[in-house]
Amino acid sequence: MSDVILRLDGISKSFDGKQVINRLDLEIKKNEFVTLLGPSGCGKSTTLRIIGGFEKPDEGCVIFEGKDITALPPDKRHINTVFQKYSLFPHMNVEDNIAFGLKLKKKSRSYIKDKIEYALGLVNMDGYGKRMPMSLSGGQQQRVAIARAIVNEPQILLLDEPLGALDLKLRQKMQLELIKIKKEVGITFVYVTHDQEEALTMSDRIIVMNKGIIQQMGSSKSIYDEPQNAFVADFIGESNIIDGIMKRDCLVNIQGVDFECVDVGFGKLEPVDVVIRPEDLTIVKRGEGYLDGTVISEVFKGAFYEIVVKVSDYEWLIQSVNPAAVGSIVGLTIIPDNIQIMHKPISEDAEVIKDE
Amino acid sequence: MNKRSLWSGPYILWMIGFTVIPFCMILHYALTDRDGAFTFRNLLAMFEPVHLKAMTVSVEVAFFCTVICILLAYPLVIAMKRLGLFGKSYTILVLILPMWINFILRLLALQMILSNNGVLNHIFSILGLPPHELANTRTAMMIGIVYDYLPYMIVSIYNSVADIDDDIIEAARDLGAGSLTVFFRIILPLSVPGLLSGIVMVFVPSMTSFVTANIMAGGKIQLIGNIIEQEFITTMDWHLGSGLSVILMIFVLLSMAFTSRNDPDYGMSKIW
Ligand SMILES: Nc1ncnc2c1ncn2[C@@H]1O[C@H](COP(=O)(O)OP(=O)(O)O)[C@@H](O)[C@H]1O
Ligand SMILES: [Mg+2]
Repeated sequence: MSDVILRLDGISKSFDGKQVINRLDLEIKKNEFVTLLGPSGCGKSTTLRIIGGFEKPDEGCVIFEGKDITALPPDKRHINTVFQKYSLFPHMNVEDNIAFGLKLKKKSRSYIKDKIEYALGLVNMDGYGKRMPMSLSGGQQQRVAIARAIVNEPQILLLDEPLGALDLKLRQKMQLELIKIKKEVGITFVYVTHDQEEALTMSDRIIVMNKGIIQQMGSSKSIYDEPQNAFVADFIGESNIIDGIMKRDCLVNIQGVDFECVDVGFGKLEPVDVVIRPEDLTIVKRGEGYLDGTVISEVFKGAFYEIVVKVSDYEWLIQSVNPAAVGSIVGLTIIPDNIQIMHKPISEDAEVIKDE
Repeated sequence: MNKRSLWSGPYILWMIGFTVIPFCMILHYALTDRDGAFTFRNLLAMFEPVHLKAMTVSVEVAFFCTVICILLAYPLVIAMKRLGLFGKSYTILVLILPMWINFILRLLALQMILSNNGVLNHIFSILGLPPHELANTRTAMMIGIVYDYLPYMIVSIYNSVADIDDDIIEAARDLGAGSLTVFFRIILPLSVPGLLSGIVMVFVPSMTSFVTANIMAGGKIQLIGNIIEQEFITTMDWHLGSGLSVILMIFVLLSMAFTSRNDPDYGMSKIW
């Protein structure tokens, strides 16, 4: 028996003739923490709403535990959602909000009472049962919304940018709490965010989307270390992305200089995208690296210096523990392992988004 | 007085001239007899059988008209929300369009439709149904009243249903609520402010819509408004007319206070 709990099979969706999801295939395993990551408007919420039953796909089907649930309305699915705007029922107190789903399922009074207590404890909101949603802070409301969804023991919990409205400190705290909650309840989480750090911190698996198309799937580490195209490289963390030409296997020409690398299987003299992480570049003395350039800025970031070195018309971003004097000429070097070579995108869908 | 509050001057003058002074005069008439002597007789006259009966009929009529308006308005508003017609500029326009036509003209048209050889009976005869003598009946009057005041109910309910976030309804569906549950547990309780202001806007004028009663019921039914009208216009007993008016006003204010007291959170602010 496979441990796939949900499968999206060739899902497409357009709004007003505009394609939002384009033949999307996706498998989600039991007990996984999957994150849909991508820029605003790339179709993450729409994908989630199709899973939740709030939108019907134009094409394709949603398979839940082996059964086609594409036509099933949201109230008939064993899936619950935590919405970005909390969406608590304003006329009910916290307890009644949490009990809403259980009452509809005709659970006994004592069962409901126990569940409320358990859920409030789980989200650190003991004693808030009688409060009205309006009297709670954003973070507290979101905790109640999480409790309200979890008490129903859904097979899958969908979370659409649940921390998006919170400030940074609180967001980081809630990220850790969500991971803890996830471990405790053992429910499959499908999480949507446009914040790559959040995705890297929380997920077992990240699905990077752009323009309704999956760009890459994989663990945080594989997405970060081995982006498959320039879009992913650019979106996940900061990167230097520059044009190169593959001379032969394991040799790439960048800015007129040959670099040793580890990538094979490209066409001879094929134009490629080269991705180099800022922390992988090392500053050396002039003439001792592959490239020489002028330091044009240096900013201390706490754990490291962020340095920009201009080599002809390209500005390399470097993270270094040592400072470098602005205006000085330095060399840049890198070990072959840290050079990522990628095919140029075939369609514009995989095109690098320029700095937002 | 600062300069800004001067802008409210015209309105204040208007209110003094056409509300405060007339109200004081009515109070004066209500509490005096023809010789100018103080008396409670005009107020107590409400409890004479003929007035009491008119009052009872008025409350009954107003009650049923209000209920009918609610039953017509909610499904319409829900359907509009479902169809995504909310927030479109033309929807409210369509709803309030009837209000732009003088209500007496509307009533006369309605009278033609309901009359014994009017459009309605014509349709009935085509369908092979027996004719209905609706003209000059209580039913006709209530149809007229509902027709007059339904837009107020719709607009009030519409406004407060429009305030309900789609996310909240989706959250309810997500937690297992079907359409009926969504209505009774979410939409209805959250639209109580609009419902209450709709009730006040329909119930109160329904009780006194003597012109509608005259036109649609052919003068056969006496609402409390008709009695008061007759005291002023026909009998020329301004003292008695004023006395009845004051009692009616007290009744209306009490019922409004009662309605909004049941909803301490939002009621008052929206109704007043
Ligand atoms: N109900 C809708 N009607 C019309 N357009 C929509 C609707 N929902 C989403 N869209 C459009 O689809 C695109 C993707 O939206 P969404 O899935 O919400 O993106 P994301 O959550 O990744 O930011 C956006 O351009 C958005 O404007
Ligand atoms: Mg979204």
